[in-house]
Amino acid sequence: MSKTAYDCVKIVRGNDRPTSIDLIKGMFTEFVELHGDRRYADDAAVIGGVGYLGERPVTVIGIEKGHTVKERAFRRFGAPMPEGYRKALRLMKQAEKFGRPVICFVDTSGAYCGVDAEERGQGEAVAENLVTMMGLKVPVISIIIGEGGSGGALALAVADRVWMFENAVYSVISPEGCAAILWKDAACAPEAAESLKITAKDSLKFGIIEEMISENNLGKPEFYQELKTKIESELSELSGLSVEELTQKRYMRFRSLGRFERSE
Amino acid sequence: MALLNFKRRPQNELELGGRQRIEMDQSDPEMTCPNCRKSSPSSAVWQNFNVCPECGYHYRTRARQRILMMTDSNSFSEMFTGLRPSDPLKFRGYKNKLEAAGAISNEEEAVVTGTASIGGINTALFVMEPGFMMGSMGSVVGEKIVSLFEYATDKGLPVVGFTVSGGARMQEGLFSLMQMARTSGAVMRHSDAGLFYLPILTSPTTGGVTASFAMDGDIILAEPGATIGFAGARVVEQTTRKPLPKGFQTAESMLEHGFIDAIVPRTKQKKIIARLLKMHTGNKAEDL
Ligand SMILES: [Zn+2]
Repeated sequence: MSKTAYDCVKIVRGNDRPTSIDLIKGMFTEFVELHGDRRYADDAAVIGGVGYLGERPVTVIGIEKGHTVKERAFRRFGAPMPEGYRKALRLMKQAEKFGRPVICFVDTSGAYCGVDAEERGQGEAVAENLVTMMGLKVPVISIIIGEGGSGGALALAVADRVWMFENAVYSVISPEGCAAILWKDAACAPEAAESLKITAKDSLKFGIIEEMISENNLGKPEFYQELKTKIESELSELSGLSVEELTQKRYMRFRSLGRFERSE
Repeated sequence: MALLNFKRRPQNELELGGRQRIEMDQSDPEMTCPNCRKSSPSSAVWQNFNVCPECGYHYRTRARQRILMMTDSNSFSEMFTGLRPSDPLKFRGYKNKLEAAGAISNEEEAVVTGTASIGGINTALFVMEPGFMMGSMGSVVGEKIVSLFEYATDKGLPVVGFTVSGGARMQEGLFSLMQMARTSGAVMRHSDAGLFYLPILTSPTTGGVTASFAMDGDIILAEPGATIGFAGARVVEQTTRKPLPKGFQTAESMLEHGFIDAIVPRTKQKKIIARLLKMHTGNKAEDL
């Protein structure tokens, strides 16, 4: 495989990849979309709702980019506002109340960057999701299906299992942003992408994700069938844990994700 | 207040260099305020908690200076030392940056952690260091914050923390992003144990620190004029291609929009922190 990290970036930014809506259509039945954060607005960049995965009722939350130019503008290219994260939070708490597992699809270049987003507390919204997801008493599986851009992606990826599609990328900063800050030249983005180790393979190697999902047949019925079976079997396993075991394991999963040296 | 003739018994190796660290910023006899342009004797600025005596401008303040200003004398005991950043991505130039940061700040990393008493009340304490890569959060910062919250949860202590950070340390890639989740988990457990967490946001507090433990406090204080935000102001301006509103991402704007509890000038912070600690621990604080 001679694909570079930046090739992956370009692939997942394409407008013909399956989005959260496609994944929901492909795997869940009787889906009912639920809107709004009950605080301020309904953010089109985050969709959520309830439906069945096989026999099991679940809550699904996804960051949606859309396909066409019109859709993409409406979905703000999948860059959530604080109210998007707060909608997700509301649906996760609802899932907890009714004992439903939560499935998250992550596909964003990052949380929306703007004056209004800042003034409505983008930082607070992300922070609140991290804390709440860490303690959520139901199983959570997050799948990075395209771009996993920084805190805006992590806000839906504090989960018991985190998976990535084969070509998906997960990064603390966009390659362009990194290149601009470190080398004062956004044209160095391919080099930055390489240096930041943003591919699914790297994330797997570092233990930041559990699985890399093959993109053979991506978007075809057999792809959805296979992924659906995989999520179901994982949920069966997670559902066997007590709430204490589940939250302790989730805490320890993230507790171990640091690399440093002890010089004592 | 006798900040200048401060003496204390070093309690561990890292503390040995502490006094030298604190004094090195006072080498110039005069300081010119970047806000009002007036000069004041360094000693006068220092005795005024590193706040301009003329206009109230809050100078950027080093971690150990803050500890000295905010805690009861001789009460600070440093913990979780000896952790050093590794270079998990073998990121170009990172090793050199770390070396330079160590030399500039005279610190091992971008946060100092331990316990102290404030107004006679024992607390866990973290203070971030602007001199070390502008307080950026990598694995070591995450580990020290997590360890401190776990210790405080175990011992039933409140946590007081001063934040200053440019955000995630991108040279550590996803490991730096993961620190947002790690620290949030530790804060959650401390909170679930019914314990009190009081962050004080100082300038700048941005990015991944804002979007994790800075915003997780039971009560959130900030310094006057501090820059507080998630996305960098310049990035917002470039993205939106519009001039930023006046006072954008300041402590004052955060207060107006309901995201912090109060703005407290540095000269009053110790008193307010002690008062809040007293109300949340059931201890009797010394009268300040
Ligand atoms: Zn001044």
